[in-house]
Amino acid sequence: MARVWMFGENVDTDQILPGRYAPYMTSEADLVKYPFIEARPEFAREVRRGDIIVAGKNFGCGSSREYAPRALYAVGIAAIIAPSFARIFYRNGITLGLPLFEADLTGVLRDGQEVELDLDAPAIRAEGRTYPLPPPPAWLREVWAEGGLIAYYLKHRRLPLEEGAR
Amino acid sequence: MAEAPTPQTLSEQILSHASGKRAMAGDLVIVRVDRCMSHDSLTPEVIDVLRETLKVEHIPDPDRLAVFIDHVAPAATVATANAQVKIRRWVEEQGIRLFHDAGVGVCHQVMIEEGLVAPGQVVFGLDSHSTAYGAVCAFGTGVGSRDMALTLATGYNWLRVPETIRVLVRGRFRPWVNPKDLSLYLCGLLGIDGATYQAVEFHGVEWLDLDGRETLASMTTELGAKAGLIPPVGLSGWEVPEWLGVQEGARYARTVEVDLDALPSQVAAPFSVENVAPAADFANVRVDQVFIGTCTNGRLSDLRSAARLLKGRKVARGVRLLIIPASHRVLQAAVADGTLATLLEAGATIGTPGCGPCIGRHMGVIGEGEVCFSTANRNFRGRMGSPDGLIYLGSPETAAATAVRGMITDPTAL
Repeated sequence: MARVWMFGENVDTDQILPGRYAPYMTSEADLVKYPFIEARPEFAREVRRGDIIVAGKNFGCGSSREYAPRALYAVGIAAIIAPSFARIFYRNGITLGLPLFEADLTGVLRDGQEVELDLDAPAIRAEGRTYPLPPPPAWLREVWAEGGLIAYYLKHRRLPLEEGAR
Repeated sequence: MAEAPTPQTLSEQILSHASGKRAMAGDLVIVRVDRCMSHDSLTPEVIDVLRETLKVEHIPDPDRLAVFIDHVAPAATVATANAQVKIRRWVEEQGIRLFHDAGVGVCHQVMIEEGLVAPGQVVFGLDSHSTAYGAVCAFGTGVGSRDMALTLATGYNWLRVPETIRVLVRGRFRPWVNPKDLSLYLCGLLGIDGATYQAVEFHGVEWLDLDGRETLASMTTELGAKAGLIPPVGLSGWEVPEWLGVQEGARYARTVEVDLDALPSQVAAPFSVENVAPAADFANVRVDQVFIGTCTNGRLSDLRSAARLLKGRKVARGVRLLIIPASHRVLQAAVADGTLATLLEAGATIGTPGCGPCIGRHMGVIGEGEVCFSTANRNFRGRMGSPDGLIYLGSPETAAATAVRGMITDPTAL
């Protein structure tokens, strides 16, 4: 089971990981200690591998800092579900292999609720109900399966869209 | 007779050129990346990914990359100093010639000042405000560290061709109103996700100088935009490819009209850049620090404007006025034309060209309960230091007037 961590709209990367706690200012090893350190201090202590974040629109706006989604990935966040994402955050999610779903579940799920995340046939199951998530295109599924864009590139020596796109 | 090709937006033109195929909004394309920009805050991560994961000992084209030390410049702590040592060694090892050490200035400012970007190019920056390169009609966009490492290793990357919002500008700025006020007005109008996944084009600004174009292009990031492009008309001294320009009939997702003759100075209140109202509405807000600088508003025209307001006046008692020129060149020019003397005479403190306290790391972070009026681009909680500090955003003109009164002041009211 996955715990739902509920957030509001326009969660900026300064909330997810304040610039003052960047690996540049602290250390790469300490990154897992700092997600939401000021906005929600219990998050880093209580989050478990496989938990999910459910948020309002425009999640991850602000600075491009990849260490913000990377910190969430590192503590084991399995997916983030929001009606929309800031574009660099969304792109970083693809690069890292962190599943991001554009869907609004803020009105139907509760903070702290235990739910089941299905990545194969993307959906959330909670209290006997199923909430479908938009299925990713085939190439994105491949990137997730390889563990991110870098791993994909190392295996295939090309980007997923490269055939036909070039 | 062949049918005439569908007209394209500036983004579609640039990404078609860079991908070698006709690219329209919504297409996924692989593009050649003409220039990459990386700064001290994230370069250490890029180095690690290149070395340890991608096993790239030497990047294939070191001249493609410009590296900057501007986010904590000069180093404020042992950790940042060590990270900078790592960067300098790597730069040396890779034979990177476009290296700009502490004090040269903010990456985006220097990229344009030194001509490291050009109209029609695709530029990837390790920073969200890389949209700034749209000032010279380059497709500048922000990417993360791994994306950057991959781009440096291969020379190309993927992009989704964005839809475009067209901003139709009419009229001219009123006295003491800055392009920043137009940017803030648009943030209030469209919201901070008003252009998410999209590009923004500004039409009707062929009369605007390069400094103002940089402010507009850079601030499209605060609308969530992927790129902010100014058509390359009235851009003197820049070589514009013949294929690049506004095409009649290009498809825009939306058109927004703004009448500059009716636009007063604007202010964004905590904790969102879309929380915008005329500066006059905040007339009773007392401030502790005023910060003029950054890639948004630390250019020579910004400092000159502030100096014109501050000439013969003094910073209010109890207020700190911190001015950080966007680059060494800006600082030199401000010394040469007497701007700096005027600012100092008024009581300003001058910092090393670079990002300054914009990201809350050094040189003017704010404490609990403090209020900062800043010409930067973000007022998120904790952005400039204490999460219990408040940041108001506005133009250099409003900042200068605010420093004199000690309260937020519309410059026309001074």
